Amino acid sequence: MNDRRSFLRGFLSVLLSGGAIGGILKILPSKADAREAPPKGQKWYGFGVSVDKCIGCARCMESCKNENNVPREPFFFRTWVERYITRKNGATTVKAIEPNSESLPETASDKSILRSFFVPKLCNQCASPACVQVCPVGATFQTKDGVVLVNEKTCIGCRYCIQACPYGARYLHPVTRTADKCTFCYHRISRGLLPACVEVCPTQARVFGDLNAAASPMSRFLRMNKIHVLKPGLNTEPKVYYANLDGEVR
Amino acid sequence: MGKFFEKFPDPLARLIVVFLALFAVGVIVVVVLIPKPMKAVEMQWADAVKREQGRPIKYAGFHACAECHDKLYEMKKKGYHRDLSCETCHGPAKAHTEDPDKTKPVTPVERTFCPQCHAYNPSRPRGFPQINPVAHNPLKPCASCHNPHDPKPPTTPKECSACHGEIARMKAVSHHVQLECTTCHEAPQQHKVSPRAIKPTKPQTREFCGKCHAKDAKDKLAKNAPKIDLAEHGEKYVCWQCHYPHSPEVEQ
Ligand code: SF4
Ligand code: SF4
Repeated sequence: MNDRRSFLRGFLSVLLSGGAIGGILKILPSKADAREAPPKGQKWYGFGVSVDKCIGCARCMESCKNENNVPREPFFFRTWVERYITRKNGATTVKAIEPNSESLPETASDKSILRSFFVPKLCNQCASPACVQVCPVGATFQTKDGVVLVNEKTCIGCRYCIQACPYGARYLHPVTRTADKCTFCYHRISRGLLPACVEVCPTQARVFGDLNAAASPMSRFLRMNKIHVLKPGLNTEPKVYYANLDGEVR
Repeated sequence: MGKFFEKFPDPLARLIVVFLALFAVGVIVVVVLIPKPMKAVEMQWADAVKREQGRPIKYAGFHACAECHDKLYEMKKKGYHRDLSCETCHGPAKAHTEDPDKTKPVTPVERTFCPQCHAYNPSRPRGFPQINPVAHNPLKPCASCHNPHDPKPPTTPKECSACHGEIARMKAVSHHVQLECTTCHEAPQQHKVSPRAIKPTKPQTREFCGKCHAKDAKDKLAKNAPKIDLAEHGEKYVCWQCHYPHSPEVEQ
């Protein structure tokens, strides 16, 4: 009697460790490991934004839509520019600017304004991306050179990543019904070109390059400026670096 | 050993057989039937990277423009617009580089284009050149005064603005911005030495303003200037007795 029981117990425990089967056959998508440090000798792309250079001209938003077939409607963005207005009473308003909008700016005679500036934003291409962690089908992933991409063939449009991204950098593309976001213009940078927004920005408020290259404009940008990233406390390790960022900006 | 098999329950043996059969089917389905790319995420990702890299380009980059438009490129390199990419203003031009005759990049001429960067906006960084598009030389496209490939800050003849700064500033934002002071005033050299004794001339006839503003005026520069009938409009006065010519207030 005892014999049979122990046999069954052993047999069932093998059966129940179903993970072993999944593990052996590798049917479940495995997660990309978060990368702590850029591996040497490998391109590791980063992006720089000089907040004090941006004039809010929206050329970047325009070029991004042209280059990446982002729908024209003002609420679909891979990159966007926010306008911060801090008043003397401490209240800060943030509004995404609309390209070609006719709205009149507050004039300098509005003495209640303490300071005001533009902040360009885009996907931070986090080194430890929240969006990759949550994607249930492994459609969002990180390339070897540190760019987070969406595989539109396998994305099921569940919007989990859109919820998970702490920077609001993703949207659901209304035509493909898949998650879409900034790719650093992956098709351009793999051909040695700059991302479209960096190409057209008239004031060089946007910088792009390989973080592993010691002599790139990107490395210089990091060397010459006091650098901040957005929401550093979340440990997503953003690779979009901001120079001259105001404490108000999140 | 034999004792073990004797004790082995029959139903369990059958259960094992069934389970093994199911397991075998599962292995066959996973290993043979499901195509490999569907199983390996790494392969799916490699595919996605390839797809992403293969996507078409719209912006050619300014190096591409310099290949053919080297003169403009050289001119731009020296001016305030040196850091601008050609496609910042002319739009995506990859198609143009592939077939220069078939597709032409845009040339923005509307007055609304340049103010996208240069209209006054308190959020813009201090020192960035900004104007008030309503007051700043209305009506004219920006390029009629500023060469967009080598723009310069506006200048008034130094000789005049040194003393007549207020007039110069006024004129700079008026419809008459493009007129030299000497278009209307003859300033003898002596005026600079004894400004009060020797005065510049003022237009003495209605026909002088009529060169641009008469109904049948031929002057090309004044194509869009407001036109009046000299015979009927305010006969006995010289124009500047009613209109301030440095900032003509006439509405169109
Ligand atoms: S193009 Fe450059 S300056 Fe213009 S809004 Fe974008 S980041 Fe700012
Ligand atoms: S910014 Fe958002 S979408 Fe971009 S990598 Fe980070 S978590 Fe993902």
